[in-house]
Amino acid sequence: MSEAVLVVALALVVVMATAVVLTRDPARQAIVLSAYGVTLGVLFLVLQAPDVALSQIAVGTVVVPLVVILAIHAIRKQHGERR
Amino acid sequence: MSRRTRFAVFAVGAAGLVILFVLAAFRLPDFGGRFHPYGERAVTSAIAEKTKNVVSSVNFDQRAFDTVGEELILFASALGAVILLRMVRREREEEAGEHGYGPADVFDALRLTGYLLLPVTLLVGVYIVAHGHLSPGGGFQGGVVLGTALHLLYLTGDYPALARLRPVPVFESAEALGAGAFVVLGLAGAGLLIPMNSVVGLEVGCAFVLVLAKFFEQALLVRTDDAGTEDS
Repeated sequence: MSEAVLVVALALVVVMATAVVLTRDPARQAIVLSAYGVTLGVLFLVLQAPDVALSQIAVGTVVVPLVVILAIHAIRKQHGERR
Repeated sequence: MSRRTRFAVFAVGAAGLVILFVLAAFRLPDFGGRFHPYGERAVTSAIAEKTKNVVSSVNFDQRAFDTVGEELILFASALGAVILLRMVRREREEEAGEHGYGPADVFDALRLTGYLLLPVTLLVGVYIVAHGHLSPGGGFQGGVVLGTALHLLYLTGDYPALARLRPVPVFESAEALGAGAFVVLGLAGAGLLIPMNSVVGLEVGCAFVLVLAKFFEQALLVRTDDAGTEDS
């Protein structure tokens, strides 16, 4: 039973990781990255590491995509002004 | 250092890392096996400290030096963001209300959700910090939740409100205080889980607020004055 849950969690991680790589637009990629972070959190939870899962969900699904989006926004704004 | 020398230095380092990593991976215990040499020792000494949460005990009692290192990495990255993303000469800062999303640009439902979630999220953050010695979580996780919870105010469409609630100098001092207090507690010895979790929560929360504040400034407020003339 627990093996099946583990396989499902691993499969989810693989699917979402592939989705992150295949998304080409950086702004969309940040959102997919956030979803990928959730699946990683689920995997850590299944592997009985709730502390790591909490860190992963807080940092990987919120902070990193937010920083990426803000950076993209700042870059696009500068480019828009220079044209 | 020329490009080739740099590449050679990198190649030597990378090759060494790969070899050591592969060798180490071959000697790992099997996945899901019953043989946990480190785990057994860690649990034994954690129980000797009369702790209720072995993971916290490993983080703060047995490997406090590692944890101090991690906190200082975060401290250094917050410092780096503050220094690198400061205002340079040809930039100026706009008033927060000058542009961007006013409260009117956001759906009422989103605004209401943000306002309702803010106190709940802050409470969850405090809970995760305060119960770190009993249940999963602790200073780092709770600190991240606390540091990001504030930014729900931005999601409600009000950057000026976020800026008012987040005086950067206060967070800078609090972060330095938290990092310093953690090093002192780390030197003081084992068995201080609750104060350690609290100061780590303070330090981490403030560090994330600072880093995000700098990115928000760059994304929303900073304008290059002589746009177009610079050919960088």
